[in-house]
Amino acid sequence: MLDSALSVFRMGRNMARLMEGLGVTLEISVVAVGLSLIFGVPLGLMMAGSNRPLKWLLRGYLEFVRVMPILALLFIFYYSLSKFWNINLSALTVSIFVFTLWGAAEMGDLVRGAVTSLPRHQWDSARALGLSEGQVSFRVIIPQAIRRLLPGVINLTTRMIKTTPFVFFINLPDLLKVGQQIVEVSGLRYPLASVWVYGFIFIIYFVICYPISLFSRYLERRWAS
Amino acid sequence: MRRARFLIVALALALAMIVSVKAQAGDLDDIKAAGKIRIAVFGDKPPFGFIDENGANQGYDVYLAKRLVTDLFGSPDKVEWVLVEAASRIEVLQANKADLVLANFTVTAERATQVDFAKPYMKVALGVASPKSALISKVEDLKGKTLIVTKGTTSDTYFSKNHPEIKLLKFDQNTEAFNALRDGRAAGLAHDNTFLFAWTKDNVNFVTGIDFLGDEDTIAPAVKKGQTQLLAWVSERIEKLIAEGFFEKAYAATLAPAFGPAVDPKSVLIEKLN
Repeated sequence: MLDSALSVFRMGRNMARLMEGLGVTLEISVVAVGLSLIFGVPLGLMMAGSNRPLKWLLRGYLEFVRVMPILALLFIFYYSLSKFWNINLSALTVSIFVFTLWGAAEMGDLVRGAVTSLPRHQWDSARALGLSEGQVSFRVIIPQAIRRLLPGVINLTTRMIKTTPFVFFINLPDLLKVGQQIVEVSGLRYPLASVWVYGFIFIIYFVICYPISLFSRYLERRWAS
Repeated sequence: MRRARFLIVALALALAMIVSVKAQAGDLDDIKAAGKIRIAVFGDKPPFGFIDENGANQGYDVYLAKRLVTDLFGSPDKVEWVLVEAASRIEVLQANKADLVLANFTVTAERATQVDFAKPYMKVALGVASPKSALISKVEDLKGKTLIVTKGTTSDTYFSKNHPEIKLLKFDQNTEAFNALRDGRAAGLAHDNTFLFAWTKDNVNFVTGIDFLGDEDTIAPAVKKGQTQLLAWVSERIEKLIAEGFFEKAYAATLAPAFGPAVDPKSVLIEKLN
């Protein structure tokens, strides 16, 4: 049984192909999560701010992204943009863009939640102590907000990583799709190929996502003491 | 007021740009100028289009695609493969993500309103697979018996319409349907004959007893509507390739290993016209 497993992975470039697929998955996840963090923080601060029209605008953006299925967004930016406006973006660009659009909106909402959940007197007391506005933000509000933010950010990150297989609907062969290609071809010779290949992919996803959970638990524990 | 006028001018300009760009979207001359052609094929549907263990595109459709690329550029490498899902075959053309679709694409009247089909290079009809021990070799054999079909396929439509006397057992997925046949839950299973040839080769206790039934459909290359030069070129090439016996070679190289020796190549190939 184990023989057939090894054979599936040893056949030709199968293992290298899975790693290339993993490369696509990681590229989208890492870039999109990184950009989401970068854009999400200022977005969240604006959502929590006092500029009414800006708040409504961002609220609309957040609701739009939240209501739209990711798949629909991928199709719109990959197919419809090209079909109706002749803007022909590559599948990778579209994937990173859509995942960032989604991630930044959710990240913004997390930041907004974390900031507004801090009691009003945190600002008042900080100002009363004579701190400047910058100091109030960076020394008092943000450090406290980050702690409240952490569980949500970890959750969002792993959700984004696990949603990346949708990109194969816009013809981008990620880890899962390469796995499926291998299963379809070697399934006849090795009936258990699907178990081995999908099992292997499960382990890879676990190896990527579990350390993120561990890291967040470590941070929470450190900050608690 | 001035702002509004500026906006209108900007909009008109943008529109004009879009229209002008659209007008020159990739017909044959543009493909030649680009030095490569983008062909949409399947990545996970052996034996028609799949990726082998070395990561190379293979299969009957790919075999034809490589020949067309060679005829166009003198080398089979001047191609960019677009891996397509069955459901997005029309969309990749309309959205200009590929120049040509070669993905076991059955010609139907409804699809022909959305893309242009070139001359067909293969045909497909219905078939019925049954256990060797209880062979179904003609439709009459099915009288009073149960037949398995996959919901929404041509086999479902055909038997519901033409043979209401045969009881149908319907499944959503092909896998479920074939498993049900294996479990002996019906006398036979109806599907595209090409599908059955490949399946019965690997399931030696079963045989495609009826290999040709119902309306014959054809499989053809498709291009975006309005790509007249490309369409004419592909159709002309296919006629030449049929005359030269190219598809017999393609069959031997790609379909024969999957269908086995029991299948007559004539049941899927387009005959020469002479």
